[in-house]
Amino acid sequence: MSNDLESTVQQVCEAQGKDRTRMLDIVREVQRRLGCVPGAAMDRIAAAVGAHRNEVESVVTFYAFLSEEPTGEVVIRVCDDIVDRHAGALRVLQVLGDELGIAPGQTTPDGKIALRTTPCIGMSDQAPSALVNDVVVTYLSPDKARRIARALKKDPNPAELVTKIGDGNNAHELVGSMVYNNVRRAGEVLLGDHHANEGLRKALAMTPAEVIRDVKTARLRGRGGAGFPTGMKWDFTRSSPGEHRCVLCNADEGEPGTFKDRVLLTERPDLLFEGMTIAAYAVGADLGVLYLRAEYAYLYNFLQHVLQARREAGLLGRGVSDKQGFDFDIRIQLGAGAYVCGEETSLISSCEGLRGDPKTRPPFPANRGYLGYPTTVNNVETLCCVPPILDRGPGWFSGIGSEGSPGTKLLSICGDCRRPGVYEVPFGMSLREVLDLCAADDPAAVQMGGPSGTLVAPGDFARAICYDDLATGGSVMVFGAQRNLLEVVHYFLEFFIEESCGYCTPCRVGNVLLQRRLEKIMAGRGEPGDLPFLQRLGATMRATARCGLGQTSPNPVLTAMEHFPDLFGPRLHEPADRFEPSFDLAAALREAETVAGRSSVHGH
Amino acid sequence: MTDETITFTIDGAQVQARPGQTILEAADEAGIYIPRLCYAEGLTPHGSCRVCTVKVNGRFQTACTQPAADGAVVENDTDELNDMRRDLVDMLFVDGNHFCSFCEASGECELQATAYRLGITAPKYQFLWPRRELDCSHPEVFIDRNRCILCGRCVQASRDVDGKCVFEFAGRGPEKRLIVNAEANLADTDLSELDKAAEICPVGAIVIKRRAYRTPVGQRKYDKVPIGSDVERKRRDA
Repeated sequence: MSNDLESTVQQVCEAQGKDRTRMLDIVREVQRRLGCVPGAAMDRIAAAVGAHRNEVESVVTFYAFLSEEPTGEVVIRVCDDIVDRHAGALRVLQVLGDELGIAPGQTTPDGKIALRTTPCIGMSDQAPSALVNDVVVTYLSPDKARRIARALKKDPNPAELVTKIGDGNNAHELVGSMVYNNVRRAGEVLLGDHHANEGLRKALAMTPAEVIRDVKTARLRGRGGAGFPTGMKWDFTRSSPGEHRCVLCNADEGEPGTFKDRVLLTERPDLLFEGMTIAAYAVGADLGVLYLRAEYAYLYNFLQHVLQARREAGLLGRGVSDKQGFDFDIRIQLGAGAYVCGEETSLISSCEGLRGDPKTRPPFPANRGYLGYPTTVNNVETLCCVPPILDRGPGWFSGIGSEGSPGTKLLSICGDCRRPGVYEVPFGMSLREVLDLCAADDPAAVQMGGPSGTLVAPGDFARAICYDDLATGGSVMVFGAQRNLLEVVHYFLEFFIEESCGYCTPCRVGNVLLQRRLEKIMAGRGEPGDLPFLQRLGATMRATARCGLGQTSPNPVLTAMEHFPDLFGPRLHEPADRFEPSFDLAAALREAETVAGRSSVHGH
Repeated sequence: MTDETITFTIDGAQVQARPGQTILEAADEAGIYIPRLCYAEGLTPHGSCRVCTVKVNGRFQTACTQPAADGAVVENDTDELNDMRRDLVDMLFVDGNHFCSFCEASGECELQATAYRLGITAPKYQFLWPRRELDCSHPEVFIDRNRCILCGRCVQASRDVDGKCVFEFAGRGPEKRLIVNAEANLADTDLSELDKAAEICPVGAIVIKRRAYRTPVGQRKYDKVPIGSDVERKRRDA
C-alpha cells in the first residue's frame, strides 16, 4: 500500500521534472491516481521537489478539487449555483443522495462514489448539470440522476454515462461530450467565418510596435469583465525588461453564469491560439500558458491536439511561421476548483504552483508576472478578437459596436428564458433587446456580470450593454417574477464566502457579516438600521479589499438595495422591545446546557 | 542627491521619501503614524490586514505596499479612513475568540492597542465564535489560533529570517488557518523559542511559555503609551 503511494508520487514528480513550480500539476495527478493527497504523499512530494510538507499542504487545502482525505474512485459534483437551483438542482442532488445512500460531502461505504456540490461549472444554459470526475453531465432530471447513480453503482466508470453526444466539436473524438454549444447568434467577429491564420500572417509582416498600434487603434478592451485596454497592457509588457516575457490566457471562466469561453475553446481553439501567438509577437514573449479551469478538463485532450497540430504546421515552436527569432509555445495549466484564480495575479500564482492568492501590487504583471517575467494576462475572448483585427483592420473592428465599446460581445444568457445560450451581439445593444432575443417572457430582474456585477431592475432594461453602462464579462442571468431575489443575493454571498482566498480581513470576514445580516432580514427580524449597516460594511469592503473579489462581493446586496428597495423596506421594523433582534438567547445557551446536563431557566 | 528625493504630502504635511520607499516607511521616518497590524520591520509588506489603508490621490491603497510617488496627495488621519480602520479591527475581533482579560499578550498586544488608539471599546459586529485549535505540544512555545489574525508575519519570518519553514497557511476563506511543518504538532518542527518567528506575533497567537503575566497591569508596554508613540516621538524630536 505505501509502496504504491511512494512509487506513484515518485513517478508523478519525475514526470514534472521535480519542478516545484509545477506543484499544481503534481498534486492534481496524485489526487487522480490515489483519490486524495494524504500526508504521507505530501511528505514525499516535498522531498522530491525541494519544498516543505506544509507548503504542499497549503496548496492541496486551497483548491476545492483536491483533498487530504480520501474521496472516491468517482466524485460526483452537482452544480448548486442559483440558476441550477432554479432549474431543479437540489431535487437532483436529493435523488442522487437517496440512491447512493449518502449525503453531500460523504462517500459510499465501499469508498467508490463521493457526492459533492460545486459552484457554477459553466453549464448554466443546460442546467441542472454536474461533473462526474471530468465528465460533464447536463440537462439533469430526477430520472436521469437515478439512472446515473444506478449505472455508477454497477460500474463506477463515468465515460459510460455519455450516451448522447453534443454538437460541433463536442462530437470530436477527443471530446466526446454531451455538452451543447447552444450558439443562438453568431456575430461577425468571433463566431462567424474567419480566415485561418491570416491575422498572424499580416501581424508577422509588421513590426511588433505596429501590431500594438493596430490593437490600440481598434480600441480593443479586455472581455473578461475588467475592460482594461488591451493595447496599453501589451505596451507595458513589451517595454518591461526581462529574460522572457509571457502571454497567459485566462480560461478560468469562473464568474457564475459565464460559459461563452467554453464555446470559444470548443469551436474556435485555433483562433485563440492564433491570437495568443500574435500577442506573443507583439510583446516579445516566448512563453505561453493557457490556464484552463478544472471544470473544462473534458476539453484538455482536444486542446492539446490542436496545439500539437499547430506545432507540426510550424505555427508554434522555434521560428513561428519561419519568422527567425520569434519562438513561442504554449502549455496548458489546469486549475483545481477556485474562482479566485480568475483574478490575474491569482492565476499567475496558480501557474507557479502556489496557492491561488492574489499578489501584492505593485509590481503589476506587465512588469513582474509569471515567474517574475513581464506578463500579459488576457481573457479567451479578448485574444480571439485579435486575429480578425489584424486581418480585416482596426477600422473595421471599431466601426462595430459603440464609441466607448467597439466590437462585439459574447453574452452567455441563462435562467428564466426560453432560449438560453451564447449570443454574439454588437456592444451598445440594450438589455431589453437582448431579453427579447433570448425570449425572456417576464423578467423581473437580471444579474449582469455575475455576482460581482449588478442586479438590474426592469426600469433599467433600456440601458446599453457596454463598458460604460451595463458592463459584463458575458454572464447574463435572467430571473422571473416567481424567484425570491433575496435568496439569489444570499446565494451570491455564499458563493463569495466559499471562494474567498482569505488573505485579507475585509473579504474573509466581511462577506460572512453581510450574509448574517441578510439572514436576519430574511428571517423577519430586519430593522431600519440594517440598511446603513450593510451600506457602511459594503463601502469598507469595496475600499479596503486586496483584490477584485472582495471589492465586488458587496455588489449583490448593495445593488439589490439600490434597485429593489421594496425587497427590504417592507421587511424592516423597529423592534417592539429593547432587545437586540440578531441575538438568539436559546441558541447561545445550547452548548452550556449540553455541558451542564440540564436546561437553563432562560431562553425557552 | 536632492534630485532623487521624492516629496509628497500626508494630510497636507510635506514628507520626503527615498526612491523605493513605501508611503508607510516614509511616514514612519517623518514621525507620522499610520495604523498597521501585519506590517513588521524586516519583513516584506504584503497588505493582508488592510488597516494601513490610506487615500492616495483619491484612491484607496495600503500604505505599506504603495511606493511613495512625487507630488502624491495622501490622506491618512481622516474620519472616513479611521471609520474603515475601526471596521477592520472590529472584524478581526469577531473573527477570532479574543479574551483580553486573560490573554498572555494583553498590554503588549498590537491588536488591542490599535483598538484602544482608534477609540474602540467593543466591536460593533456579532461575534462569530469560530472553532480554533490550540497546539501546546512544543516545550517552549504554544499556538493559540483563537487569537490568530492571519497577518502572515510568522510565515514570512520563519522562511525569510530564520531560514526554516515552520509556518504556512492552509485552507481558504474563513477556513484559512495556520499550519506547521509537520503532521500536526509544533513539537515535531524545528522551531526554536529563539526564532524570529517565535517573537514576531503581534497578538497572543504564538506565545513563549512561562513568561505570561510577569509585568503588572499598568506597567505593560501599551499601558504607558499608546501604540504609535515610538513613531510620533520622531516628529516631536524633529
